[in-house]
Amino acid sequence: MSTTIRIASGQGFWGDLIDAPYHQVTRGPVDYVMMDFLAEVTMSIMQKQKLRDPSLGYARDLPGQIARMLPHIMEKNIRVITNGGGVNPIACRDAIFREAEKQGIRGLRVGVVLGDDILDSIDALASQGIELRNMENGADFAAIRERLVSANVYFGAFPIVEALRQGAQIVITGRTTDTGLTLAPMIHEFGWAADDWDKMAAGTVAGHILECGGQSSGGNFLGDWKSVPDLAHIGFPIAEASPDGSVVITKHENTGGLVSLATVKEQLLYEIGDPREYITPDCIADFTSIRLRPDGSNRVLVSDIKGRPATPFYKVSASYHDGYAAFGTLTYAWPDALEKARAADAILRTRLADLGCVFDEIRSEFLGLDSCFGPLATIPDEINEVVLRTGVRGKDKGHVARFGQELAPLILTGPPSVTGFAGGRPKPSDVIAYWPALIPKTAVTPTVLVEEN
Amino acid sequence: MGRKRIRLIEIAHARSGDKGDAGNVGVIAREDRFYPVLVQELTPEVVKKHFEGICLGDVDRYELPNIGALNFILHNTLGGGGTVSLKNDAQGKTLSSAMLRLEIDIDEQLLEG
Repeated sequence: MSTTIRIASGQGFWGDLIDAPYHQVTRGPVDYVMMDFLAEVTMSIMQKQKLRDPSLGYARDLPGQIARMLPHIMEKNIRVITNGGGVNPIACRDAIFREAEKQGIRGLRVGVVLGDDILDSIDALASQGIELRNMENGADFAAIRERLVSANVYFGAFPIVEALRQGAQIVITGRTTDTGLTLAPMIHEFGWAADDWDKMAAGTVAGHILECGGQSSGGNFLGDWKSVPDLAHIGFPIAEASPDGSVVITKHENTGGLVSLATVKEQLLYEIGDPREYITPDCIADFTSIRLRPDGSNRVLVSDIKGRPATPFYKVSASYHDGYAAFGTLTYAWPDALEKARAADAILRTRLADLGCVFDEIRSEFLGLDSCFGPLATIPDEINEVVLRTGVRGKDKGHVARFGQELAPLILTGPPSVTGFAGGRPKPSDVIAYWPALIPKTAVTPTVLVEEN
Repeated sequence: MGRKRIRLIEIAHARSGDKGDAGNVGVIAREDRFYPVLVQELTPEVVKKHFEGICLGDVDRYELPNIGALNFILHNTLGGGGTVSLKNDAQGKTLSSAMLRLEIDIDEQLLEG
């Protein structure tokens, strides 16, 4: 049994700092790097990419990021766990193998977790009586069946644990919970039992703290953002995990950012619901049991975490096509900047109505004044400039396209002192909506493949 | 004892995000002594009224005394949710700041510590 292991957060979303995982393996000691790429709708974007090119459908930054880390992870025996495989973990693995071969590295063991993608088996599941009702509003799945873009089951830590057991140095998954990426190495290293709910909860809470990258080490910190040193060189968080389930959140020395009680508290509260019921495939974690204590400079001890048995369900994250949307902006300057922007908005709406364009929604906001605070916004007496931002969403692509054509003419046929129309006409883009559901754990089985190049 | 009207930001910080069409706002006491003030002042009704015109659904409140924080779920707030919403802040990232504008009355002695 290991003493402590250091699990580093290397990526908080698809599009995060590209060099962060490289810095995690080069700026100090770590045993594991976890990289989270998947937000709720990321899978739908990847599914579309795979439709266009069957060799795609994963986080395309990932093979390059791994390539740069490879000499270090081979030399220091660091293991990497990521859900960046998206809807094509096999293609992602093969791309990583190609990178390894370019560097003359042989014998790299890479594990993939498959089985989360249920898009092709959706009708078979339905015929078994699995409903996939929307878990937020109870709506019938049939309403979106024909417009379905992606459907993935959230697996937990255990398929990753199996890949680690089989000696995988890199584990690539599809839709795995963000928290499972961090919990898995703890289960593997410490030999925790699957029904040791307090331990499952401890690893889950550590995972929640790591899953958004720099957001727990000083990024997006509202407590006292000016007190955070050197955000330019922010060190991503590291969980120093112990077999007893306690975890120290820290970061490498000589990096920017801040790990404090306050930064960790903010991340603990991020996107949670009922804190007593943080539900994952691995357990139900009770966030009201978490004890935080300072443990030196940039170190916070997280302990005393309680958990309860996991539910018999996996969550399903599905997405479906729900019409089209387009956005455009115009900038209005003093005098009467806001009045002009409001008048332009009214003219635009009148013209679109005259044309018979029908939308599910037209929304205009005045950037610089009220897009964040809405009715809570205080409007200054003299406004230098304001950006009118208008978005439309609807089922008719032609109507959405026409909105794009009607925006620029406001410059010559609307209120004066207007500018900032760059980048051409707004074009309709697909609206992909999110459909959360539950599925019995018995209905799907994860598959783990570990291969060596 | 004197009472003073302050903005919440003086005694709390916050983080917000999205959960479908709902926004979540975690509010954290800057000092332990302010947590009971949060519990007393930030009722779901007060928060609902503060977000009038923004939060179109119910407000749920959860207590985390272990970290001196409250968590609020603001239902029907994000214009349909992350991918469907036409809002500039479709993911409710700035609901935290909006929350901290809320004004409350506080005992001056408690505020000074």
